[in-house]
Amino acid sequence: MNQVRMPGVLIALAASVALIGCGKKEEPKAAAPVAAAAAPAPAEVIVRIGHVAPLTGPIAHLGKDNENGARLAVDDANAQKITIDGKLVKFELLGEDDQADPKTGTVVAQKLVDAKVAGVVGHLNSGTTIPASAIYNQAGLPQISPSATNPKYTQQGFNTAFRVMANDIQQGSVIGTYAAKDLGAKTIAIIDDRTAYGQGLADEVEKAAKANGAKVVAREFTNDKAIDFKAILTKIKATKPDVIFLGGMDAVGGPMLKQMKELGIKAQFTTGDGGCSPELIKLAGEASEGVICTQAGLPADKLPNGQKFLADFTSKYGQIQIYSPYSYDAVMVLVDAMKRANSVDPVKYLPEVGKTSYDGVTGKVEFDEKGDIKNGAITVFEIKDGKLVTLKSEGGAMAAAAPAAAPATEAKQ
Amino acid sequence: MDTLLQQLINGLTLGAVYALVALGYTMVYGIIGLINFAHGEVVMIGTMVAFTVIVSLAGSGMPPLMILGIGLLISVVVCMALGWSLERVAYRPLRGAPRLTPLITAIGMSMVLQNVAMIIWGRNYITFPPMIEKHIFHIGGATFTNVQVAIVTLAALVMLGLIYLVHRTRLGMAMRATAQNPQVASLMGVDINRVIAMAFVIGSALGAVAGCMVGSYYEIAHYQMGFMLGLKAFTAAVLGGIGNLAGAMAGGILLGVIEALGAGYIGQLTGDFLGSHYQDIFAFIVLIVVLMFRPSGLFGERTGDRA
Repeated sequence: MNQVRMPGVLIALAASVALIGCGKKEEPKAAAPVAAAAAPAPAEVIVRIGHVAPLTGPIAHLGKDNENGARLAVDDANAQKITIDGKLVKFELLGEDDQADPKTGTVVAQKLVDAKVAGVVGHLNSGTTIPASAIYNQAGLPQISPSATNPKYTQQGFNTAFRVMANDIQQGSVIGTYAAKDLGAKTIAIIDDRTAYGQGLADEVEKAAKANGAKVVAREFTNDKAIDFKAILTKIKATKPDVIFLGGMDAVGGPMLKQMKELGIKAQFTTGDGGCSPELIKLAGEASEGVICTQAGLPADKLPNGQKFLADFTSKYGQIQIYSPYSYDAVMVLVDAMKRANSVDPVKYLPEVGKTSYDGVTGKVEFDEKGDIKNGAITVFEIKDGKLVTLKSEGGAMAAAAPAAAPATEAKQ
Repeated sequence: MDTLLQQLINGLTLGAVYALVALGYTMVYGIIGLINFAHGEVVMIGTMVAFTVIVSLAGSGMPPLMILGIGLLISVVVCMALGWSLERVAYRPLRGAPRLTPLITAIGMSMVLQNVAMIIWGRNYITFPPMIEKHIFHIGGATFTNVQVAIVTLAALVMLGLIYLVHRTRLGMAMRATAQNPQVASLMGVDINRVIAMAFVIGSALGAVAGCMVGSYYEIAHYQMGFMLGLKAFTAAVLGGIGNLAGAMAGGILLGVIEALGAGYIGQLTGDFLGSHYQDIFAFIVLIVVLMFRPSGLFGERTGDRA
C-alpha cells in the first residue's frame, strides 16, 4: 500500500516546491556563480562559499563555532549589498561536516568542488585541511583555513591555500620559549593527541623548549577521542616535570586536567590554541585554574572592530569558543578579493586573494608568498577565576596600533 | 614501585567499568548468540539520563548522595525500558533470520541511538555535576579517590547479584535453559520471549549503572562516548570468553589493567620503539594472543553447535 502511494505524495511535494520556487525572485538552483540570473532590474547573482568543519564528534562545538563565524560574515556581507561586475551579489554559505576525519574531509572537499562553490573557508583541523587542500588546488578554488595551524598546509606549493592565523612554528616557539624562560622550567613533559595539529605543535614546542635549555623528560601520546589519561599521567608523574604541555584540543585537555589533580600532579599545565577555549574551563572546572595557553592572533577585545564582532556574535550565537573570529575574517577576505577583482569567478579573483591587505576583526590580514599570514601574532593567556586573562602578545604589527577609522569605513562600503 | 601501584589502581577502576559493560554483551550473546552493538549506546543514554536528572534536582536542596541515587535509579529504569524496546522492535522480528541480519540491525540501532542522543543533548561535551565531593587518599605514593572506591565496590556488588540471579533463581534457570537450547526450553514450558527480553532488560540496567559510574568518574559525557567504551567492553567480553559471566568480569578487569600497564611500560619495554600511542593496540595484541591459544576466550566453554 505504502509503496503504491509514495510516488503520488512525492509528485505532490515536488509540485508544491516548484510552486513555492516560482513565487521567489531569486533562483534557488543557480549553482554556478557565473550563471548570471536573467532576472529583472537589479540583477542578482548567488555566490556560494563553502565552509567545512567537524559538526559531529568530540570537537563539534568548535566546528559549530567556526561555522557561526562564517555565517555571521555572510550575513554582514549581504547586508552591505555588494555589487560585483554590475550585479548585486547574494552570498550563501554551504556548510559541510568533515567529522574531523581526513578521509571524510576529502570526500566533502570534492562535494564542494562539484557544487561549484566560489571559495572555501576551512577546514578546522590540520589533519583534514592538508589532504583536502590538494582537491581545492586541482579545482583552482581559493581555500582559507581559519584554524589549521600545521606548517605543512602552506608548504605544499599550492597557490590556492591560505590561512588567517599564525602557524605552529610560530606558536610552538612562543610556548616552548615561554615555558623555559618565563616559567623557568628545567624539565618539560609533552603529550600530543597524534593528530596533524597536536603532533605538529608538540614537535615545535619540544624544539623551542630544548633550544632554551629545558629538558624533555617525557613524550607521551593519546588520541583525540580518549577520556582516560591516568596511565600516561602516572608515567609522567614519575618523571617529575616542571611543566606539562598538551598538543591537543579542549575535549582532551578538560578531563586530563581533572585527572592530573586526582593524581596529585602539581606541574604547570600549558596548551596551544586547540585547548585555549572557554570549553576547557567548563570541562575542567576548578582544575583549569592557572593553566597557561596560547592563541594565534590578538585577543578579540583588543581590536577596534573586535568589540563589534564580539557583540554581534554573542547576541546571535552565544559565547565564542576559539576560531569564529578567524572564520569570519576568512569569509571577509574572500569577499574582499572578489570585490577587488570585480569578479566572483575563482580563476579571476584568486590572484587577488594573495594580494589581500584587509583589516579584519583579528587584525591585519596580509599573506606571504606561501599563503601564511604575515606577522601572525601569538597571545599567551592564563586562566584566572574561570576566565582567559591575557598575559602577553608576541609578534604582529597589528591593526591594534593602526587607527580605528580604517575598519569602520570598510564596514560602511 | 609506587608508579606500578598507581597504574594497577588506574587499571582496576577502568576495568570495573569495562566489566560491567561487558556483562551486558555477554548476557545477550550467551542466550541468543547476538552481539548487541547498540549496548555501548545504552550505556551512553544511561549517563545522559542520569545527568539530566541530577542537573534538574541539583537546586532542590536534597542531599547530593540522594540526588545521585535518584539519578541512578531513573537512568536504570529508562535503560531497562530502552533495552526492552530494542529487543522488541529491532531484534525479535529477526529471531529466525540469518545471524548477520540482527548484527547489522544492531549497528543500525547504535547509530540511531547516537543521533537521537545528539538531538536531545546536543553535540557538546556535557560536564557531569560532581555530586560526591572527591577525597583523595594516599597509599604508598599512589593516590585514589572515594569515587574510585565506590565504583569498584558497586561493580563488585552488582556482579555478585547477577551471579546469584543466574545461578540461584527461577529466572536464572530459565535463562540457562534457553542458552542451552531455546527450542527444548520452550517445549519444557519456558517462555523464551520473556527470558530473552529479560536478558536485554538486565543487561541494559547494568549498562546504566556503568554509565553513571563513567559519568561520575570522568565528570564528562558526550553522545559518542558509548562507541569506544562499547568496543572495549566487547573486547573484554571476548577476552574472557563471550557468553560467560565470570569471563566478562575477568576480561574487563584484565583489559583495564593491561591498558594501564601497557601505556605505562610499553615504552620502557621496547626501548621507546613503541610509545603510549600503542596503548589500545597493546590490549588488542593480548586479545589476539589469547584467542590463538584459547579460541573461546580465557573462561570460554566449548559452546559446540551454538555460537
